[in-house]
Amino acid sequence: MARKHVVTTINGDECDFLCESDETLLSVIRNQLRLTGTKEGCSTGDCGACSVMLDGRLVCSCLTLAVEAEGKVIDTIEGMSEDGNLHILQRKFIEHAALQCGICTPGFLIAAKALLERNPNPTETEVRYWLAGNLCRCTGYHKIVEAVMDAATEMRG
Amino acid sequence: MIMDFHAPSTIDELSSLLSNSSEKKHLLAGGTDLLVQMQSQIIEPSTVIDIKNISEMMEIKDDIDGFYVGAAVSGMTIIEHQAFSDTWPGVIDGVKLIGSIQIKGRASMGGNLCNASPAADSTPAMIASDAKAIILGSKGKRDILVEDFILGPGKNILKSNEVLLGIKFPKKRNNSSGAYLRFTPRTEMDIAVAGVGVNISLGDKFQIEHAKVSIGAVAEKALVAEAAAKVLIGKKVDEEVIEKFVSEVRNLARPIDDKRGTVEFRKQVIGVLAKRALNIALERISHG
Repeated sequence: MARKHVVTTINGDECDFLCESDETLLSVIRNQLRLTGTKEGCSTGDCGACSVMLDGRLVCSCLTLAVEAEGKVIDTIEGMSEDGNLHILQRKFIEHAALQCGICTPGFLIAAKALLERNPNPTETEVRYWLAGNLCRCTGYHKIVEAVMDAATEMRG
Repeated sequence: MIMDFHAPSTIDELSSLLSNSSEKKHLLAGGTDLLVQMQSQIIEPSTVIDIKNISEMMEIKDDIDGFYVGAAVSGMTIIEHQAFSDTWPGVIDGVKLIGSIQIKGRASMGGNLCNASPAADSTPAMIASDAKAIILGSKGKRDILVEDFILGPGKNILKSNEVLLGIKFPKKRNNSSGAYLRFTPRTEMDIAVAGVGVNISLGDKFQIEHAKVSIGAVAEKALVAEAAAKVLIGKKVDEEVIEKFVSEVRNLARPIDDKRGTVEFRKQVIGVLAKRALNIALERISHG
C-alpha cells in the first residue's frame, strides 16, 4: 500500500509528509523532518523525552502515530525561542544549570511551558507532579524545579 | 506486514469497517496501550481504526438523565470538564491517577476500561458510580453495567464486531459524593497495588441511604463489594460501622502475591483505603 500523505502545521508552518501507517510521530519528526530537538528515550511513554504539543495538549510523540497528525497543530522545542531569543524557561534552565547530558531537556521545557500556560503561579508540589512524566537521570530534579519556579516568577512580571 | 489504517468520521462508517471482514481489527483511541504493544512487537496489527474523528466518541454531554462521556475522550479533557468534575469527584480521583500528564493527554477512560487491567484506576470509581458501558454493535446499541463489562485480566465482553461507544453515568443522587483511593509505592507513575472506589448518599438524618463500593487490583477484575456496602446502608457512620465495613471489604478481596504486594499486605491495605475513601466521600458531601 502507498505511504500516507499527511498535512499538519508544525511550529506555525504548514508541513506535509509521507509516512508508513504504523510509523510514530516521533520517527517522522526526527528522521524525516530532521527536527532532532525532540528526543527518543524509552519509546513506551514512560520518560517524556519525546514530549510535543498536539493541538495544545502535551503528549508523547512516541505513542502517537504520524497519520494521526493529519490536520493537527504540532509544537516542538524548535519553535520555543522567538526571533532568535531564548524563551524565559530555556534561559532559566541555563542559569540554574538544570541540565547535564541534555537528552531530557527538550521534553522538560515543552512540559514546563504547558504547565505555565495553564497555571502561571504553580507551587513546587504542582511543578513536581506536572513534571512526573519526564525523567532525568542526571540532575536529581531539584535544579529543574528551581528553574521552572524562577521562570514562572519572571513570566508573571 | 503493511498496516491498514482507517479514521472513520461517522458511526456508520465505523460499523461497516467492523463488519467488513473477519480479520482482527485494533481500535485506536489514545493509543497509550496499543502503541506500547506495537513498539514492543507484542502485537503486529493488520488493521488499525482510529475512532477519534467520530463525534460520539469524543464528546462529554450533560443530559437530563446524566453525563455521557465518549469512549475516546482524553483524561485531561475529562479532568478539565468543570461540571463533570463537580458531579463525579470520585471518578476524577481515578482518572487523575492514570499515568503522567502526557499519558492523560491521550489516554481515555474508555481505553482504561476496554484494556481491562485488574489495576485500572478509573474502573472502581466508575463501578461505584453505577456507570454503564454503551456498546455499539451491528444491531445497534446496548448497555451494560461497567462491572459486567470486564471479564478478567485483559478480557472484556465486546464481540469482534462491537465497540465501546461511551460511558453513561446516572443522574447524581441528592446529597451524594464519591472518592477513589489507591496504594502505590511511588506517588506518581505507578500501578495500583490496591484501589477502592466509593459512592454514597446521605438521608436527612445523616444516615447512609445508598452505598456502592468497588475494589480494584485485589482480584482478577474490579469487584463490587456488595456485602461491605450493605453494612453501611441505613446507618450513621461511627467507629463500629467502619470496623464492620473494613472487615467486609477485606473478606471480599482475593488478591494474588506478586512483585507489587503480597496477599496479606493487599488485604490489609484495601481495608485502610476503603475507610479513608468513605471518609473523603462523607467530607465531600458535607462541603456540598
